[in-house]
Amino acid sequence: MNVKLLKLLCKNARYTVHELSVMTGLSEDDVKSQVSEMEKEGLIRGYKAVIDWERLDSAMVSAIIELKVEPQPDVGFEQIAEQVKKYPEVETVYLMSGGYDLCVIVKGKTFQEVAMFVAKQLAPMKYVVSTATHFILRRYKELDIELIGDNKDDREKISF
Amino acid sequence: MDYMKLLNPTVVDIKPSGIRKFFDIAAEMDDVISLGVGEPDFQTPWHIRQAGIKSLQDGKTKYTSNWGILELRKAVSDYMKAEIGCEYDPKSEVLISVGGSEAIDAAVRAIVGYGDEVLIVQPSFVCYEPIVRLAGGVPVIISTKVENEFRLTAEELKSHITDRTKLLILPYPGNPTGAIMEREDLEAVAEALRGTSIAVISDEIYSELTYTGNRHVSIASLDGMRERTVVINGFSKTYSMTGWRLGFACGPEPILTQMTKIHQFAIMSAPTTSQYAAIEALKNGRPDIEAMVEEYDMRRRLMVDGFNALGLECFEPKGAFYAFPSIKSTGLSSEEFCERLLYSKKVAIVPGNAFGESGEGHVRASYCYSVDHIKEAIRRIGEFLEDIKNEG
Repeated sequence: MNVKLLKLLCKNARYTVHELSVMTGLSEDDVKSQVSEMEKEGLIRGYKAVIDWERLDSAMVSAIIELKVEPQPDVGFEQIAEQVKKYPEVETVYLMSGGYDLCVIVKGKTFQEVAMFVAKQLAPMKYVVSTATHFILRRYKELDIELIGDNKDDREKISF
Repeated sequence: MDYMKLLNPTVVDIKPSGIRKFFDIAAEMDDVISLGVGEPDFQTPWHIRQAGIKSLQDGKTKYTSNWGILELRKAVSDYMKAEIGCEYDPKSEVLISVGGSEAIDAAVRAIVGYGDEVLIVQPSFVCYEPIVRLAGGVPVIISTKVENEFRLTAEELKSHITDRTKLLILPYPGNPTGAIMEREDLEAVAEALRGTSIAVISDEIYSELTYTGNRHVSIASLDGMRERTVVINGFSKTYSMTGWRLGFACGPEPILTQMTKIHQFAIMSAPTTSQYAAIEALKNGRPDIEAMVEEYDMRRRLMVDGFNALGLECFEPKGAFYAFPSIKSTGLSSEEFCERLLYSKKVAIVPGNAFGESGEGHVRASYCYSVDHIKEAIRRIGEFLEDIKNEG
């Protein structure tokens, strides 16, 4: 496992094998084999694009749902988390410390759709004690990538 | 008014760099992809900025001691002991200056008198020669060679020493070349200096930015060198603090005392806010340096590989944040190359001859830019090279 390689992929999964090789000092063959090894082992779970959906007319909406759950003997929160994550509407599920138990990020076409999903699917689930829905209104930064504002380089164009 | 009669001829005779015009053109052009700057693209780490802000909130808005805040001088002294292996008394051997440049100026003025010869290693940062002239000294240029990775050899040094040689200015890790001097290189230089009374100003502003896995070695740490050496360093490059204008000098008390006199009358004291921020930088900034160095290293490898792939031979720069590829294969001069590249592809890089004649045939490209930015610039340079080939 090469941490440098992981950091680079984390920053930009579309670097070519050649670029990764040059930047890490590994041979191209090593880059290829290490990446596929990490994929096989499940260390790397996938690659995705970060998209500014707001630029589209058919923008998606997302909400963060705070789920309070009654933990079950032996399995704790695992079972309910397993159930929640199966819904295609559910993008993210985290077990949380603090005021609630599961953080669920849900996406849908409209606020209505997301709200209905919560009301009809999540809230009535056995052992779910309560839900609180927080809609995401604006995304400034996601996965280290800024979605709003241009980071202008305010340095001189040339200096000694 | 006849200003030519009024003005000091020594100053008037310092020619503004011919490159200035080229800079102005680049500055006014839109959509320029620049690899032209000599400063980091990172923001000053937040905890350091906060320390500056807090000092303002606490009302720390007065002059400090001429030498700089004692707590900062102590932190510098600790740093020098830990990283360079030299002990400096924070009370009399550490001066906090307005950037490294002011410390260089003060050191030169403290040492060099009228007619003294000063050895300047080139290609190098542009300030040394004018500063020496303003001090009344005579610059003697030592041109280093790409075959030696622009390191100073003992032979080159010895062949330029005369009985009027007063000072050697040693600029490593180097701007614009990215060259470093490793321990054995410095040993050879030190050997040539032992037994002479030549002083050394070692400009180590890029000391934290090296990529060999070995830490930077200061000539001051070698036998018999501390007594003759003023080490210049600062916060600009190490902590990405160029705008804070803060540097320091460490050296033997008799030299530092004279430098501080100059500093006291010309400057009073370095910016107070910056000094408080710098204390935080030295105390808690090590992880920031490591993260920046790791990032620079990846960009460095990418850029050097890019130039070499284009046929612009590039020796491996092991320090600072510049690549210094040769453009001799194009048949163009450094200035022609840069000017045409700017006009036709809107890429700004700096002609190597701006840093001394020995830089001719090279160009300086900085990798203080994002990977995507560097890739795009290299792509355009590739197009430019194709265009030239097709013309020919």
